[in-house]
Amino acid sequence: MTIPNVAITPAVVAEHGLSDDEYAVLLKIMGREPNITELGIFSVMWSEHCSYKSSKRWLKTLPTEGPCVIQGPGENAGVIDIGEGLAAIFKIESHNHPSFIEPYQGAATGVGGILRDVFTMGARPIANLNALRFGSPDHPKTRHLVHGVVSGIGGYGNCVGVPTVAGEVNFHPAYNGNILVNAMTVGLAQTDRIFYSAAAGPGNAVVYVGAKTGRDGIHGATMASAEFSEDSEEKRPTVQVGDPFTEKLLIEACLELMQKDCIIAIQDMGAAGLTSSSVEMAGKGALGIELDLDNVPVRETGMTAYEIMLSESQERMLMIIRPESEAEARAVFDKWDLDFAVIGKVTETGHIVLRKDGAVQADIPVGPLVTEAPEYDRPHRPSPKRPVIAAAEVPAPASLADTLARLLECPDMASRRWIWEQYDHLVMGDTMIRPGADSGVVRIQDTDRGLAMTVDCTPRYCVADPEIGGAQAVVETWRNLTAVGATPLAVTNNLNFGNPQKPEIMGQIVGAVAGMGAACRALDYPVVSGNVSLYNETEGQAILPTPVIGGVGLVDDVHKLCTPALKAAGETLVALGQPADRTGGWLGASLYLREIEGREEGAPPPLDLAAERRTGDLVRGLIRDGRVSACHDVGDGGLLVTVAEMALAARGLGAAMALPETALAHAWCFGEDQGRYVVATSDPDGVVAAASTAGVPAAVVATVTADGDLKVAAGDLISVETLRRRHEAWLPDFMAGGT
Amino acid sequence: MKTAIIVFPGSNRERDMAIALRRSFGIDPLMVWHKDTDLPDVDLIVVPGGFSYGDYLRAGAMGAHSPVMRSVKERADKGVAVLGVCNGFQTLTEAGMLPGALMRNAGLKFVCRTVHLRVETAQSVFTGGYADGQTIAVPVAHNDGNYFADEATLDRLEDRGLVAFRYVDEGGANSDAANPNGSRRNIAGIFNDTKTVLGLMPHPEDAIDPLHGGTDGRGLFDGLARALA
Repeated sequence: MTIPNVAITPAVVAEHGLSDDEYAVLLKIMGREPNITELGIFSVMWSEHCSYKSSKRWLKTLPTEGPCVIQGPGENAGVIDIGEGLAAIFKIESHNHPSFIEPYQGAATGVGGILRDVFTMGARPIANLNALRFGSPDHPKTRHLVHGVVSGIGGYGNCVGVPTVAGEVNFHPAYNGNILVNAMTVGLAQTDRIFYSAAAGPGNAVVYVGAKTGRDGIHGATMASAEFSEDSEEKRPTVQVGDPFTEKLLIEACLELMQKDCIIAIQDMGAAGLTSSSVEMAGKGALGIELDLDNVPVRETGMTAYEIMLSESQERMLMIIRPESEAEARAVFDKWDLDFAVIGKVTETGHIVLRKDGAVQADIPVGPLVTEAPEYDRPHRPSPKRPVIAAAEVPAPASLADTLARLLECPDMASRRWIWEQYDHLVMGDTMIRPGADSGVVRIQDTDRGLAMTVDCTPRYCVADPEIGGAQAVVETWRNLTAVGATPLAVTNNLNFGNPQKPEIMGQIVGAVAGMGAACRALDYPVVSGNVSLYNETEGQAILPTPVIGGVGLVDDVHKLCTPALKAAGETLVALGQPADRTGGWLGASLYLREIEGREEGAPPPLDLAAERRTGDLVRGLIRDGRVSACHDVGDGGLLVTVAEMALAARGLGAAMALPETALAHAWCFGEDQGRYVVATSDPDGVVAAASTAGVPAAVVATVTADGDLKVAAGDLISVETLRRRHEAWLPDFMAGGT
Repeated sequence: MKTAIIVFPGSNRERDMAIALRRSFGIDPLMVWHKDTDLPDVDLIVVPGGFSYGDYLRAGAMGAHSPVMRSVKERADKGVAVLGVCNGFQTLTEAGMLPGALMRNAGLKFVCRTVHLRVETAQSVFTGGYADGQTIAVPVAHNDGNYFADEATLDRLEDRGLVAFRYVDEGGANSDAANPNGSRRNIAGIFNDTKTVLGLMPHPEDAIDPLHGGTDGRGLFDGLARALA
């Protein structure tokens, strides 16, 4: 067989997602018309998904360096030094488009892909997290999508034996046509055994390991770089199929081989499969690569070079090894019953050359393919500022306690137990804080240290003010890590937005990245890896801007961890970061305003990054010194919701709120002013004094009681067990079709 | 006193189990790869949790037919203690070493949560670390833990005192709500006729450290270590 004789017409070029200008650059690089395989390679390498062409200019503004950073963005995952010869390796990645089309496989392969990014670098994955966004609960597809995504994440993560320890879920009509499935993996490696992807040493062997290549997922990266339309579900063949069992074997085989001195470079085959892995390895090493596609293990007959290069079949890796290591490496993969095939070699030509059936199927200079990838400064229009809504203008409810219950049972606040009980969150035996707290915490095996991790974003704020929203997502992860007693170290980000070719969407991206950068700089909290998912639009309807942040922190002593659960009646709850004389509370863009008043309006609460840092450092110190028995950051729904969650996390305890007489009660209870934590202590005077010394405002807000009631005001109370029933009921009822 | 853990492709709780055995036995277990037919001489053989061979046929069905299981069976026949947890329990039923079968959870979902078990008898090498009727808290994490056997088999298990653990509520009472998977008669674990083979769905190996939220799983391993000494 020779090169398929497909004429390269303007229509074929357009089908491959290349603009006229981009095709002109391609012609200049090639010096001739490309064949269909070459066109396919350019198409995926220059897709938004692989090239970051709309976002790169802005991503470059993010802080990516710091004392703990070993490897920032640009590799398979970010690497940070956590001391004692160990590194934490982590990244978050989206699988939005495939999960909407085929929720089980889309979500499952999302987990598989991010696991590979992490163990490719030499790390054993120790935890998974996920950030999910679904459409309105009323939308006819939502239940089906929730069910598929949750079972897909569980089906994959449970089988590979990596605990899923934390996550977040929101529901909003803006995601009706584009759900978000962002998966994060955290792994542990020795700092002296980290593996990178740059090819080296002309003559070294290019080895393919793992599962066989099929026709699934061809053009997945291109699909992820365009808007959806009504017929998007016909794109089901572009969704890959996952095999967690093979992934488990691949993890064990790769980690076993990494203990020997065989591997020079390694890269997983993710989006754009063999194309991006081989091009990126050659590009980073400034070398060439020659592949003999007849040697690629395939599971279907008659596959063309085009199909082999663009397949996104899962559970595959590409390695560069020394020729003399071949037998040793092959033995490891034989043991695990995985394919191992030498499919090419590293060259000095600087070209990627593909051979099949005795003919050259593609010959592309790697340098220009990588460096001349398009990069755009797309027009951007800042989101219009929203007016500040004065708390006094927002009606007060008849009962604060009943309003609390309504908030705790609303789709965005109801218990996620139905979800996380479907995830094995205990396998590996080192889970110290289970899902449902501020952060998940996993102990570092055989030590007293641990890693805390969380994913957060508040799209309500992001759409109201992208800059504040981008910053708030960063700060919220920092708070969640702090609230368990961890020292926040670094983040990974997943930027989920609509079509960047619309100036208002590009304006959201620019704003969110600016906010994110400012917060990361203020907190010395660098970005070490990330992913961008654009074109999350269907029929012109964009999602809410959703820049998800995954934060990782270090726990020095897992015996000193703190959780939200109240411990003892008689203790006092102190809000740190809360001025004692506060009379109002910020209700603009709040959950209260949306759920109780039905208004998605107003400017979001402002952030004070310097105060944020002071308060967080104080909280961490109090936890370390054992001066507080419980801690929870104040988030969605405000102070009263925070206190209620602390009671819900315990058994048989309640709380009596101490509302300031001068305050506007509903704003004080439900305002979402930022930078606050609630701590439980038997020494409130000491805690308030410590806060005063640290320059942090503090106020006593409640007392822990033994009666099991949440007493908000005189005659306005609700039992914690009633709250629990309502909080726990919504999601199972919804999934059973009851709501 | 030596112990061994059988490792299949797809096992994933072998490390949790190794840590539990090391703590109670004071010595690392031998990890035996599924292709090995030459089982070392040990006092306890453990078939751990996970998804052996991906569980793509029925849970535990492929593992039950792997070469090493023939040796495990021979040892069990000679009276060597064999413990199967979760996927290990499924494997032991598929291998015919324990009666009944583990079906898909009644709720049709994977379930990972802490449950309460009643120790039905302390009279075995596995349960000597507990008191008769004691209630313990340990986690489950499985998709196929719904224990099924015909009524005659269930009656026989009960009559001979071969039910090891039952799902109960916090107060120790049988209830449907306490049953996480729809198991017949709330059965969480059973012995073979000689009480030298135990299979159970819950994971005592993930409840051996105060930082796990409880240490109730430890009694099983400490009891074994004493009984086999």
